Amino acid sequence: MIAPGSTVKLTYREAMREAMREAMQRDERVFLMGEDVGRYGGCFAVSLGLLEEFGPERIRDTPLSESAFVGAGIGAALAGMRPIVEIMTVNFSLLALDQIMNNAATLLHMSGGQCNVPLVIRMTTGAGRQVAAQHSHSLEGWYAHIPGLRILTPATVEDARGMLWPALDDPDPVLIFEHGGLYNTSAEISESPGAVDIDRAAVRRVGRDLTLLTYGGMLPVTLAAADELAAAGVEAEVVDLRTLRPLDDETIVESVRRTHRAVVIDEGWRSGSIAAEISTRIMEYAFYDLDAPVERVCTAEVPIPYAKHLEEAALPSAATVVAAAQRTLGRA
Amino acid sequence: MSGAIEHDDALALLRAMVRIRRFEERCVELYSAARIRGFVHLYIGEEAVAAGVLDALTADDDIVATYREHGHALVRGVSARSIMAEMYGVQEGCSRGRGGSMHLFDVEHRFFGGNAIVGGGLPIAVGLALARSMQAREGVVACFFGEGAVAEGEFHECMNLAALWRLPVLFCCENNLYAMGTALARSESEPDLVLKASSYEMPAWPVDGMDVIAVRDGARRAIEGIRAGGGPHFLELRTYRFRAHSMYDPERYRDKNEVEQWKARDPIPAFVERCAVTTDELAVIEREAANEVDDAVAFAEAGTPEPVTDLTRFVTSEPGRT
Repeated sequence: MIAPGSTVKLTYREAMREAMREAMQRDERVFLMGEDVGRYGGCFAVSLGLLEEFGPERIRDTPLSESAFVGAGIGAALAGMRPIVEIMTVNFSLLALDQIMNNAATLLHMSGGQCNVPLVIRMTTGAGRQVAAQHSHSLEGWYAHIPGLRILTPATVEDARGMLWPALDDPDPVLIFEHGGLYNTSAEISESPGAVDIDRAAVRRVGRDLTLLTYGGMLPVTLAAADELAAAGVEAEVVDLRTLRPLDDETIVESVRRTHRAVVIDEGWRSGSIAAEISTRIMEYAFYDLDAPVERVCTAEVPIPYAKHLEEAALPSAATVVAAAQRTLGRA
Repeated sequence: MSGAIEHDDALALLRAMVRIRRFEERCVELYSAARIRGFVHLYIGEEAVAAGVLDALTADDDIVATYREHGHALVRGVSARSIMAEMYGVQEGCSRGRGGSMHLFDVEHRFFGGNAIVGGGLPIAVGLALARSMQAREGVVACFFGEGAVAEGEFHECMNLAALWRLPVLFCCENNLYAMGTALARSESEPDLVLKASSYEMPAWPVDGMDVIAVRDGARRAIEGIRAGGGPHFLELRTYRFRAHSMYDPERYRDKNEVEQWKARDPIPAFVERCAVTTDELAVIEREAANEVDDAVAFAEAGTPEPVTDLTRFVTSEPGRT
């Protein structure tokens, strides 16, 4: 019996693992498949130990065939299973883009409502580890373009622990983007955590002077920027979008209407980004509440380079977020 | 030439082929009259393949097909009415008019779609079979695709995965010799499809796809192998498309003599003669097929377009769905 209110310290990686373990225990239809999820323990060690606990039928190592095993997840979902498919990184997911876009996202509509696809696809996203251009991109905003998908970007240990179950409970395909830079972050969370509301953004810091809107791996960067701003006397509100599709317009607009200023921080490239979408929605829904143009802080439009100083220069940082915030306040 | 057949079984196979032929001939007329639009890929000439393979399946088996799937859907039991209504783009269609000719779906008949991405249906078939295996359900998944799919990476990924996991998939390669306008030998360094499939440690053999009994018997043998736990099987069904690839095809890529030679092997008249089907028997089958098509057209003509206010339905599931 767990004492009410008792907590446990977990890393983001362990939180995802616990979420999978719990899902496998609760629902025999749930299974995990992907490259090296079993014997290797997962390329980021997320599934370490699950093979021993659940066996090779439910923790399935696959060949390096992203299209086949993602599509197999779709077929298994159509037949009543609840697959979790792991893709090593978002860059590799492009090898399965046909299945994700043309089948998972489309079958329900194309079949006139007959074929829903209750599939969860997990993958790593993001830069910051000097692994260069084919392991570092942030394409979650791209995926958020596609009707029929739900896009989740857990930024906290609690969300890593609590988003999987509602994702599996969703009758339609859900993509979970786990930022590689977050796996080693840790936090005290409840020992008996409930599901996270995957329809709503979360206000991570309350403030009155401006709204910083972000998600995933940029949340720690944005919170650090908010600390710096606070030291300079600026109270920034930080909104963690959590779900990039469908966007929680209500929380975004409610915050901006109070603060009258907004900066969107997005690890994706600027052109055609989710930051562009959010900025446009603020313009559409809260234009007359704004006291300054919406600012964006995005990744430089370059394939992520290997060299540490170049990679750092390409990515949003607390300093560039602070600078953008100051511009919206007319202090730059 | 394949073996003997009971006369009633022969009539059933003939009926299936004639139904497809007459249905699609009407589609051509309706397309010319602009009653149906979009792409329409005709199966005329290839009817023995769907008729023979589907005859060997049970109602519990799953089917994944391509964009040239009117015949498979019809023979499977999807009503001619709902298929025609789908082409008319009305809500009485089997996909409520959201899919059209290339995307016929009927989950009740375990018909998991026409898929218009060449090779795109194969991973779904592997997944349906994986679920069967994990749920310890009997039965097979019949996956149809053209020989053009053999050039796609998804084909190789799926052959490998299905064989590796010994999944109950019947891979039905409908080799009509042309991937749209590209002849097999112009696109494959090794044009022997059976050899390719065999290299995945999968039983594979060629079948005369113009001979419906050969198709049925080949499918039966493969399905027996799958049901006995032999893992996936591959059939190369050698056939020919008598008509254009789709509706905009001047057919510059193939010789008229070649088309005529294959038409001389038309699976329907050859089968009528071989099984000594009487004039009266054939007349009954033809009349039933004509009535079915007339009825389907009348049904589709009377169909109701879905209200535009429902445009964004079925993008995500409606409440209550699990």
